[in-house]
Amino acid sequence: MHKRQNLLAFGLLFPSILVLGTFVFYPMIKTFWLSTQTTDLMGNPINSVGFKNFTNLFNSEIFRTSITVTLIFVLVTTVVTVVLAYWLAILASSKLKGIGFFRTIFSATMGISVTVASILWLFMFNPQIGMFSRILAFLHLPDINWLSDPVWALVAIIGTTVWMNLGFSFLILLGAVQAIPEDLYQVADLNGASKWLRLTKITLPATEPTVFFVTVVTLINAFQTFGQVDILTAGGPDYHTNLLVYSIYQDAFVNHAVGRASAESVVLTVIIMVVTFIQFYLNKRKAARYAD
Amino acid sequence: MQISPIHKYGQYILLTIVTLLLMLPVLLGISLSFSTSESIAQGHLIPDKFVITNYIDVVKDTNMLKFLAHSFIVSSVVMVGQVLLSILAAYAFVFIDFKFKKTAFIILLSTMMLPFESQIIPNFNIMRDLNLLNTYSAMALPFLASAFGTFMLKTSFEQMPAELRQLSEIEGLSHFQFLRMVVMPYCKISLITFALYSFLTNWNMYLWPLISTDNDKVRTAQIGLRQMRAQDTASNWGLIMAATIIVVIPTLLIIFLGQKYFKNGLTSGVIK
Repeated sequence: MHKRQNLLAFGLLFPSILVLGTFVFYPMIKTFWLSTQTTDLMGNPINSVGFKNFTNLFNSEIFRTSITVTLIFVLVTTVVTVVLAYWLAILASSKLKGIGFFRTIFSATMGISVTVASILWLFMFNPQIGMFSRILAFLHLPDINWLSDPVWALVAIIGTTVWMNLGFSFLILLGAVQAIPEDLYQVADLNGASKWLRLTKITLPATEPTVFFVTVVTLINAFQTFGQVDILTAGGPDYHTNLLVYSIYQDAFVNHAVGRASAESVVLTVIIMVVTFIQFYLNKRKAARYAD
Repeated sequence: MQISPIHKYGQYILLTIVTLLLMLPVLLGISLSFSTSESIAQGHLIPDKFVITNYIDVVKDTNMLKFLAHSFIVSSVVMVGQVLLSILAAYAFVFIDFKFKKTAFIILLSTMMLPFESQIIPNFNIMRDLNLLNTYSAMALPFLASAFGTFMLKTSFEQMPAELRQLSEIEGLSHFQFLRMVVMPYCKISLITFALYSFLTNWNMYLWPLISTDNDKVRTAQIGLRQMRAQDTASNWGLIMAATIIVVIPTLLIIFLGQKYFKNGLTSGVIK
């Protein structure tokens, strides 16, 4: 009997094991291995160089720029996305007539692909005819060449990414805000609590696990940003928007430096694993705290 | 709390302003897609003559319709694969006692923290060596299994009352009958949520379709759009925006139809 159960379970899991083994685990291990190799133009390994790809990487000015802008990008994107999405969630949690329409609109960017979002924003950032240049002209401020200025180009990519991520974060946070029992607020009203007190003493603590979840998801997604960079700036100007995944793509498929690209992939993997473990640890600690 | 009328109108005004700001890029895109190139070149954001020529040109002069069909095929195949494989795996985790269950589950979960972006080089090499570049197989195969889907459906299956399982055993239902006649109808909402989410994710995929194709044979709509931006059509904003609007319509429809599923479904699987 037990043997049959094992066999049945294996049969049910086999398709998933096969796919994940071939297209996730094997490539992941291969990437780690390739990061210790030098390769020819076709990406075939020539010989083993140990950690040389990594030391080269960290000694390279381009990679250091890439890591720096990636960290700035991830931090700013995550904070701005979560704060804005939270504000939208509170705004849309009111019980006004027709609020459903606004909720739908606020979550709509969830269905907008990175290509579509980037092209829509490409026009917004267009010098002269784009929206932002018009606003500057209207305010009699000098025009900015958004996508070819090292700082503004990163701002442009952050803006586009925040806009794209807003829909998902909003929808999840709205669910959390709505799940707060009404009587908590009634007690607060009886005691004459201010709006600020209601937010900091009731709404925020009650939604904390969801805020944490949305923050981690946004953070991890931000590390994996690629399409916005590809369409808006192609990593430029002068590598100032060369986010980690774009750098991997460039090194692997344009510069044919597979060893270097694999080393960068390992760095990305380690970062995401660390973030995941921290999340796991904090969740566990929180669960333990509640259990007390 | 009583809402005063002034407060209420204030809220409506605020909501409307926020809506307009959020949707500004989309509204501008729609507006430009109905404008002539001359109108855009003169700096008009709202068409001085309303034309649909851009849409006609997209259909006639570009491969966009073909690319949309490719996107539809790939997304559908991956969606069916992910739903099917996730159902099977989740069923095993919830309803069958087997050896190494815990280990198997941890291994499955661990794939969620391995970024696909780190695996693109070996995956590309696999497809190149198998001569599968520029085929549907290359586009779909790597994504047929989903750890997220398995996890989400597992959580949903676990919430079924235990009596249903006991009753089915008394009735003498086989595993397959139990899955088809009890589990799937009971967890319909989760299944729909995951299916919609899966389609959406695949439709919007960017990096892998870019790497695994270098001609138009199975190119997807997203990459088709990217090409338009890169080619000489780049300055023809009306045409590009028309194509963009066409590409975004299917997923916006999914969002509008599936909103109520997403709000509850996507978190319930992840947050306890």
